[in-house]
Amino acid sequence: MAEVLILVEHADGEVKKVTGELLTLAARVGEPSAVFVGDGFDTARATLAAHGAVKVYVADDPELSAYLVAPVAELLSALVTEVSPAAVLLASSAAGKEIAARLAVKSGSGVLTDATDLSADSGTVTAEQQVFGGSTVVRSAVTRGTPVVTVRPNSVAAVQATGAAERVEVSVELTATATAARITDRVVEDRAERPELSEAAIVVSGGRGVGSGENFTVIEALADALGAAVGASRAATDAGWYPHQHQVGQTGKTVSPQLYVAAGISGAIQHRAGMQTSKTIVAINKDPDAPIFELVDFGVVGDLHQVVPALTEKVRARKGGP
Amino acid sequence: MNIVVCVKQVPDTWSEKRLDPEDSTLDREATDPVMNEMDEYAVEEALRLQETHGGEVTILCMGPDSATQTVRKALSMGGDRAVHVVDDALHGSDAVATSLVLARAIETIDAVDLVLLGSESSDARMSVVPAMLAERLGRAQLTFAKEVTVDGPTVTIKRLTDDGYQVVEGTTPAVVSVVEKINEPRYPSFKGIMSAKKKPVQTYAVADLGIDPGEVGLSGAWTSVESFELAPPRESGRVVTDDGNGADRLAEKLVEFLASKKFV
Ligand SMILES: Cc1cc2nc3c(=O)[nH]c(=O)nc-3n(C[C@H](O)[C@H](O)[C@H](O)COP(=O)(O)OP(=O)(O)OC[C@H]3O[C@@H](n4cnc5c(N)ncnc54)[C@H](O)[C@@H]3O)c2cc1C
Ligand SMILES: Nc1ncnc2c1ncn2[C@@H]1O[C@H](COP(=O)(O)O)[C@@H](O)[C@H]1O
Repeated sequence: MAEVLILVEHADGEVKKVTGELLTLAARVGEPSAVFVGDGFDTARATLAAHGAVKVYVADDPELSAYLVAPVAELLSALVTEVSPAAVLLASSAAGKEIAARLAVKSGSGVLTDATDLSADSGTVTAEQQVFGGSTVVRSAVTRGTPVVTVRPNSVAAVQATGAAERVEVSVELTATATAARITDRVVEDRAERPELSEAAIVVSGGRGVGSGENFTVIEALADALGAAVGASRAATDAGWYPHQHQVGQTGKTVSPQLYVAAGISGAIQHRAGMQTSKTIVAINKDPDAPIFELVDFGVVGDLHQVVPALTEKVRARKGGP
Repeated sequence: MNIVVCVKQVPDTWSEKRLDPEDSTLDREATDPVMNEMDEYAVEEALRLQETHGGEVTILCMGPDSATQTVRKALSMGGDRAVHVVDDALHGSDAVATSLVLARAIETIDAVDLVLLGSESSDARMSVVPAMLAERLGRAQLTFAKEVTVDGPTVTIKRLTDDGYQVVEGTTPAVVSVVEKINEPRYPSFKGIMSAKKKPVQTYAVADLGIDPGEVGLSGAWTSVESFELAPPRESGRVVTDDGNGADRLAEKLVEFLASKKFV
């Protein structure tokens, strides 16, 4: 059976949830092999094994992480030549898509982004994508080269499987092109210790209606009661009320949680682009004509400053917490 | 400093987009075309860089005849000249082919120091063309920039990331894509609109760029749509309004709904 390469998303070996999802999808197509770039393989190994990774190609040369995306594309391209995988799967993060883009050009392969499902039928890999804000479901195939597919986090449930996660050392001689964009600094601005936005099962978002940065504590309190991540509209991030990394929408994150709660958000098309495929949508807005109500499963017309704290109380009470 | 800005014409963000049942490509007839919003930020950034560093700004667009509208809009914001690649053979091109056409078109322009793009098109939503272009041109990829500074041959950006930003540095010629945090695009002035009509627009067919028409368009695409269907429309939900009992009652109804879905 041909191998399927998946690129591990991790922070110093802490494996992101999407990696398990990629391994699960890979197993449908062939034998899952993980590609691990950077430090922390020992930390990551158990998780990769528990999702069925048979081999793990480990590239821990710090040079690979010193430049923007191109080195990883060169590494994957070399692996594609070496092992002729049935497909290469990456997460649909900004970097994941860009690595996929460069790999596609390098290896003469077609690329599909933002897949929400994957199937293999007599050797052909077919990806499902939801386009135009979820209004159309498309099934596409790669017709040339090795299918390179990026998968939207939270689209499928990761299943447990047993793999050996055997370490295979790999390295690559970087070209001048790969080292053209050097990362000289990394600045972390995020403050919250909550679930990560793109991976959370529940997201509570606040918009201009929240009114100020201080008032975001109301949103955070509900999020904590529900065990949710906090999101924000562009109006809220632009005003500096919440860090940009929490922006949901066209230029922010695309989220697809089980439950999305929008408080004080009008539902502009650019915001919808990032949350429209959420399974259940709830909105609290004082304007009954706000476009967000076109999307909701349950909507409340009312003042969020009163409704949200009251809701937080009731959620806590039902959960039996403090 | 000479700058090329890539602009794409897309269906208006609010219009309903659909695929053509005949060939599974975007039905462009069905929608009002506009310049991809994010590309307006790229045009604006190019004009601001030109104000400090001088040089020429060339607008580059690959798209059907009707995309002339988008080319003119960019020129009326302030570009100096434009290159428009228009050819029926391009219909149905995928991202890999688009990046090939843009790369070849850029190579026809003299002494390019910077290629600016939006970080995402609102119809394809792939965010791959800038990276592909950097790969093809063998230039530094400086993408998702919320800030760009040019100092001699050094180009530095702040790249948005999941938890903050990265400072990324390269040398000209470089490929830069921008996010909407970077600036506030100007509106074309009346004078700008009038003078845009006189600015030179060079059109190319794909063969003029040394590309075999079979390499692009639907037939040359490396991906294909096998089938598509409309997703079942969302069932319209329940909306409750204050019945006089205030927020507490509303919150009670909401928590009951959440409980019915097992979220609490
Ligand atoms: C290129 C581009 C990219 C963009 N990308 C994004 C993106 O990624 N994400 C994004 O979100 N936006 C994005 N936008 C911006 C988008 O167009 C909207 O401007 C933005 O989403 C509006 O945010 P909002 O809903 O919070 O604010 P508004 O549209 O101002 O809505 C505020 C809502 O709060 C309600 N409200 C006010 N007070 C209360 C109260 N006390 N209780 C309850 N409700 C209240 C109001 O009725 C109103 O409906 C983008 C725009 C452009 C041009
Ligand atoms: N046909 C095109 N003509 C000119 N520029 C384009 C075209 N397609 C994509 N681009 C540029 O590439 C960016 C990213 O597009 P995409 O990868 O499709 O999301 C856009 O914001 C444009 O700047």
